[in-house]
Amino acid sequence: MNKTLLLFLLAACALTGCGQPQNSNSTSATKKSKIGLVFDVGGRGDKSFNDAAFSGLERAKKELDVEIEYIEPGEGSDREAALRQLASQPDVALVFGIGFIFTDDITDIAKEYPDKKFACIDYTVSDAKPLPKNLSAVLFREEEGSFLVGAIAAMTSKSGMIGFVGGMESPLIKRFLTGYRNGAEYVRPNIVVLDGYAGLDGNAFKNPARGKELALGQYNRGADIIYHASGVTGLGVFEAARETKKFAIGVDMNQENEAPGLVLTSMVKMVDNAVFQTVAEVKAGKFQGGTVKVLGLEAKGVDYVYNETNKNLISDSTRAKAEELRAKLVSGAVKVGQSE
Amino acid sequence: MFELALVFLLQVLRIAVPYLLASLGATYSEKGGVVNLALEGLILIGAFGATVGQFYTGSASIGILTGLGFGAVMALLHAYMAITLRANQIVSGVAINILAVGMTKFFLQVLFRSSANSPRISGLNVPTVLLDPIFIFTVVAIVLSHFIFFYTPFGLRLRATGESAETADTLGIDVVKIRYSGVLISGVLAALAGVFLAYQQHSFTDNMSAGRGYISLAAMIIGKWTPLGAMAASLMFAFAETLQLNLQSAAIPTQLVQALPYLVTLIVLIGFVGKSVPPRELGQPYEK
Repeated sequence: MNKTLLLFLLAACALTGCGQPQNSNSTSATKKSKIGLVFDVGGRGDKSFNDAAFSGLERAKKELDVEIEYIEPGEGSDREAALRQLASQPDVALVFGIGFIFTDDITDIAKEYPDKKFACIDYTVSDAKPLPKNLSAVLFREEEGSFLVGAIAAMTSKSGMIGFVGGMESPLIKRFLTGYRNGAEYVRPNIVVLDGYAGLDGNAFKNPARGKELALGQYNRGADIIYHASGVTGLGVFEAARETKKFAIGVDMNQENEAPGLVLTSMVKMVDNAVFQTVAEVKAGKFQGGTVKVLGLEAKGVDYVYNETNKNLISDSTRAKAEELRAKLVSGAVKVGQSE
Repeated sequence: MFELALVFLLQVLRIAVPYLLASLGATYSEKGGVVNLALEGLILIGAFGATVGQFYTGSASIGILTGLGFGAVMALLHAYMAITLRANQIVSGVAINILAVGMTKFFLQVLFRSSANSPRISGLNVPTVLLDPIFIFTVVAIVLSHFIFFYTPFGLRLRATGESAETADTLGIDVVKIRYSGVLISGVLAALAGVFLAYQQHSFTDNMSAGRGYISLAAMIIGKWTPLGAMAASLMFAFAETLQLNLQSAAIPTQLVQALPYLVTLIVLIGFVGKSVPPRELGQPYEK
């Protein structure tokens, strides 16, 4: 009887494992350099942050002739193990950590493997922990892009009330809210902005059921547009938009397909470009470690979507005002608060 | 005002359905004397079954059946370990939970090339939770279960088995069969909770049960191992969670609001429930 139990447990462990490396494409005989990437909470298929990073990686594979290997980690401790697993392979040249949640782990691993290169998207810069020479941090001015979609939402809203659904309550996600609120209040001072977070840890980025309930609550209280910054949790926000036939605003990637006709716009973060550019720099021998790269509106690191699909949702005057605000943000005439 | 209250109530019900189903199921298993810590895994596997079933056939009914089938198989495994092999029921339950997380991730990767998310499924498409067949079934099942537990021979036998398997055996009750049915019913109901979750969010997300199995277990304990008690406790949890979601924009510090469901649980446990006595032979395997 005990033997069966043991076997069963073994099977359970084997199946669970930690995130298995996938798609290592190690068939080619020529020695290409390999790029490793560890995904954020939510993983591939979030149609947002992670998928953006992945499309950058795939483009690098195609255009820069590199091999790729990626890991979707499970719970917290797997992240460090995943980074180490990639960094310890001799042919891996560069390892990405996607998301602020990697900040501590990637700093430690970068010190442990000084001859490998690392890059972290949304790295939380702090004076207490200086960046190692082989780690490059890429940050985005989410507050600038959020300012513009906040202004668009406020100008489009009929009810005078708009909403925000965040994932994990954290400084990064609060930057989205601050920009959104600032932008909305800049163009319409009496606008009401509702906000809510799915939780206090990383799992808050993958709880669509919670996201849907948060969004339904805000729609029911009178919000007619909701902006989300919550990874997979946001898929629930789009479900709520479909159910109530109200608008949602996507994040990180163009999310117009998640609720066709109801996605007012998306605040896009060029994570794909950042990933691709970093790989290109490594290939060209121009990788700059120990530096923080901050991409804002000016560098087109963040932007909002205005295309054939959504241009009938955004009025011409709204579009013109948004472009005027863009110019003011770039020139510094208008400033966004960093956090609440 | 009335409209807001109604909206709030509907939200409570939507959040409550998985708790109601899983805690009701757990009552069957535990009344018969088998600890069911596997709820979390059973919910997950049910949600996975529903997603895969509907994705490949396009039919919501087949999705439900697939989900329930997966749940039944998992529950049988737990029953086999706990009843036939007389393994430690807590270990077996935990093992099933780990197995469910690993298996769903693995097959998600095999089927959809992502270990985190499935593509969208169409779900049930009902305008309100009140018309959702799963919700209607839940209400019926709770009332029916109260009747089954306290007014039918099966209910009496199930309760007797959990209190004293040996006595039940001497009275000619097939302890093994009774316990198997308890665990199986539990598995199917918990899997239905998962089906509801998957249909609500129109996709499967890795680990989407997100602790609901454990909350259901707590609901069953607070409800003193009875169908109506488990229902009341599940509604209480759902109420606290809804309150938490709706109070976030208010002026109260969010950390406090986020902790609300747990505070409510503690207060209820300390003050209102009184003594909650488990079935006497809960967790003890029966050996003739």
